[in-house]
Amino acid sequence: MTAPKPGQAVLVARGLTKVYRTGEVEVHALRSVDLDLYSGEFIVLLGPSGSGKSTLLNILGGLDVPTRGDITYRDHDLARADERELTRYRREHVGFVFQFYNLIPSLTARENVALVTEIAEQPMRPEEALQLVGLGQRMEHFPSQLSGGEQQRVAIARAVAKRPDLLLCDEPTGALDYVTGKLVLDTLLRVNVELGTTTVVITHNAAIAGMADRVIRIADGRIVRIESNPHKLKPEELSW
Amino acid sequence: MRMLERKLVRDLARMKGQALSIGLVVACGVALFVASLSTYGSLRENRRAHDARTRFADVFASLKRAPEPLARRIAGLPGVATVETRIVQDVILDMEELPEPAVGRFVSIPAGRQPLLNRLHVRSGRLPEPGRSDEVLVNESFATWHGLGPGDSLVALLNGRRQRLRVVGVALSPEYIVALRPGSFLPDDAHFGVMWMEREALAAVFDMKGSFNDVVLALSSGASEPEVLRRLDALLAPYGGRGAYGRKEQPSYRYVEDELEELRVEATVLPVIFLAVAAFLLHIVVGRLVHTERTRIGTLKALGYGSVRVGLHYLEWMGVITLAGALVGIAVGVVLGRAWAGMYSIFFHFPETLYLLRPWIPLAAVGGSLLASMLGTLGAVQRVVRLAAAEAMQPPAPPVFRPSALERLLVGRLSSPQARMVVRSVARRPLRSALSALGVAAATAIILVGAFWSDAIGYLLEVQFSQVQREDVTVAFTEPVSERAERELRHLPGVTAVEGLRAVPVLVRAGGRSRRVELLGLPARSRLHPLWGSGPRPMELPPEGLMLSERLATLLGVRAGERVRVQVLEGAWREESMEVAGVVDEYVGLSAYMEVGALNRLMAEGPTLSAALLKVDPRHEAELYARLKDTPAVGVVTLKHAMLRVFDETFGQVLLVFSGLLTAFGAVIAFGVVYNGARILLAEKERELASLRVLGFTRREISARLLGELGLQVAVGIPVGLVLGYGLAAFSITVMGPETLRIPLIISPRTYALVAGAVMVSGALSALLVRRRLDRLDLVAVLKMRE
Repeated sequence: MTAPKPGQAVLVARGLTKVYRTGEVEVHALRSVDLDLYSGEFIVLLGPSGSGKSTLLNILGGLDVPTRGDITYRDHDLARADERELTRYRREHVGFVFQFYNLIPSLTARENVALVTEIAEQPMRPEEALQLVGLGQRMEHFPSQLSGGEQQRVAIARAVAKRPDLLLCDEPTGALDYVTGKLVLDTLLRVNVELGTTTVVITHNAAIAGMADRVIRIADGRIVRIESNPHKLKPEELSW
Repeated sequence: MRMLERKLVRDLARMKGQALSIGLVVACGVALFVASLSTYGSLRENRRAHDARTRFADVFASLKRAPEPLARRIAGLPGVATVETRIVQDVILDMEELPEPAVGRFVSIPAGRQPLLNRLHVRSGRLPEPGRSDEVLVNESFATWHGLGPGDSLVALLNGRRQRLRVVGVALSPEYIVALRPGSFLPDDAHFGVMWMEREALAAVFDMKGSFNDVVLALSSGASEPEVLRRLDALLAPYGGRGAYGRKEQPSYRYVEDELEELRVEATVLPVIFLAVAAFLLHIVVGRLVHTERTRIGTLKALGYGSVRVGLHYLEWMGVITLAGALVGIAVGVVLGRAWAGMYSIFFHFPETLYLLRPWIPLAAVGGSLLASMLGTLGAVQRVVRLAAAEAMQPPAPPVFRPSALERLLVGRLSSPQARMVVRSVARRPLRSALSALGVAAATAIILVGAFWSDAIGYLLEVQFSQVQREDVTVAFTEPVSERAERELRHLPGVTAVEGLRAVPVLVRAGGRSRRVELLGLPARSRLHPLWGSGPRPMELPPEGLMLSERLATLLGVRAGERVRVQVLEGAWREESMEVAGVVDEYVGLSAYMEVGALNRLMAEGPTLSAALLKVDPRHEAELYARLKDTPAVGVVTLKHAMLRVFDETFGQVLLVFSGLLTAFGAVIAFGVVYNGARILLAEKERELASLRVLGFTRREISARLLGELGLQVAVGIPVGLVLGYGLAAFSITVMGPETLRIPLIISPRTYALVAGAVMVSGALSALLVRRRLDRLDLVAVLKMRE
């Protein structure tokens, strides 16, 4: 596996449309979205709740397939992939971080990370991943014994331990307080810089946009604006 | 250990109460399966080995008297490998501890050696010495009851002469694994003993020198048994042959066979019910687990675990519980099986009761329970596999609640919000609520099937021994006698009523079916053995035709008004076609009845009796017994109260153990169903209940909410279970119980109440355990948790 060169488009989406049917109601979560993601980028996806950003993230990450449109990751066609191919794509290329951490409560921090390193091809050691997020000292703790910020950092360690090409974070600071949130953002940036992982962060917190290479604004299922950010801030310089 | 396995272990530890209760249900089913099948296998193997070692005969026949040279002609019949002629005679024994007379069956054995067929297993002492005319071997069960051993003696009325005999040994015989006295369907070790005596000595006593009155045969392999029976009957008929029969009709063999068949049914029917319940519990629990684990399933998939891997994880969950339950069940089953086989050695007299566990039995138990659990779990696991990862991580859509039809029905009456919540919750998932109630019903049914037997047997005893058999004592004569004997009996001390009867062995045939039975000739309106039909008064025996007991009519497949062929297996072997005049509603035995005069005409004899029924004044019992012990014409005396006691001791014991087991197992199921239901409900309603607590409801009030729903399941489940149990009981009496016994489907209100009570206690116990959890509910943590 050759690492994608910086600046090369790794994920290409054209005309992505997603329609959900819940009961009698049809919800257009995405309406014909075009998007390119470049290698090593740090992207912030901004939008109010219900704008379709989570749906977009799920499709980028192979958790869901679009109703219409195309999406390719390098030479993988994700729009027409079956369950088995999507599983392989997630296993080999994608790391996820969720708002509510989604740790397995019956496994310790180290074991939660090991859950991924067991099935990855060239993973780091779980200890290494946990040190990367600054939790070298709390590896044997169960989720219930960790604070929210710590749990989120375990989730990040779990996501990056497999050395993914793509790190997708859905409101990673949404459930955290100000200080802890910044700590988590700092961790994400470090992973982006040190490992060169293409990182997408979903948020409705506009302040976070300051640390991105590009900011994508989404509303009502459409991309309204894509801005490049020539003056990247460090997480500690952000304020909200 | 892989992380998923680690998760499995910790999840199981977290849900140990639920896992335990499901495992126990599996264990119950497996234990029952292993215990009954291994007991069955052990007993069958013990008998097979015993029969082979002792050369148990294939064909049996008794006759009046034939000269010894006839044996050569019997040996010449095609298919006959070995012939052993014998003298067999039933006589009265006067045992010291017994006021009443006992019956001794004297069987001859060759001088100084073992017989060729039906060899004896000498437990202690030795065979009688040649030339000693007062030495006998006694069968073990009789010897044990009377405390007899080598060196002791007993008194027998041999051909009218009281004679003291010396016991030189105690033995077992394949013919008497269960020692059944003539005309009885139960072993009575106090009143029936088998004595083996040297042939010459016995011949001298009964004036049978150079003759025999009983013959047993071994057949060569490939011989046709029916053909041999037919030819043997033809050969013996001129000598007063009473009809030859094969092993399958040999009373002891038949008795053991019936019992084995019962075990086999028990081993197949009951475990299936248990495993079905376990599968159902797993279905609910794993289904619920999958529901609560939705987000974790989604996460695992997001992390790159495939659907199959995740599905397997939940299958393993079930596999571990089932396997653990099955292993415990096998261990318990082996212990139970050993005890069970040991218990049978009270009734079945084998030289030793070896316990055998064939490897396929535990393997089948494990395989069967895994299969059942898998079927139960598959639906839930399938849902895991189908869940798309993104969808899985979303909280499930909020359940749709609307005022239900049930609620509208009860409108106005449900003023309390708790009651309303209970009703809506049940109405929203009617299928699951129904299934839970069905689980409770299954438990109720199983307990009822265990408990009803004592009612049924109690009723049977009451009807048979106080309404049908009104006599106190039955006296059978050694030879048919003139009806004058009836008058003589009336003059014996204490006798208040006498009714003579004529009993003749016959073969009753209808279509392709046939049965050897005793045809009893009774007065047209018998007072001591009234024949009850469906009407309120006893039926009258018609001057023509015969009546059959319900059991016999069913076995032959005939109804009143149809005709059967009756062949007398005595005297001239006359055969006639007769009308079935009626079916007698009796529970015990295969019997056929005729008016005694009509029977005498059939036998071409004058007024003749072979036995008499006596009604006895208890104050003069002892005197009467003493006189009977000294009456040469009397061969067999049967006491009703002794029969009743034996019934209690044998059937009573087996039934007690059997229904105890079923009750315990049923209670385990009831507990498993209710406890699991409660835990699932608690998991589902945790937020709701915590919210209520935050709003200011008391623990008591929220308990009412939760336990109300459980109570509803139990309240619906119990009556359904009682109906179900009635059906199951009806089914079990058709497949269980010996052929000669019709078990009435009688369940007393008290039994219904007791069973319902047992289920309620079981339910209350599990509710209590859940209530304790409810009291410890962590309000803040529950509310903070993301749904």
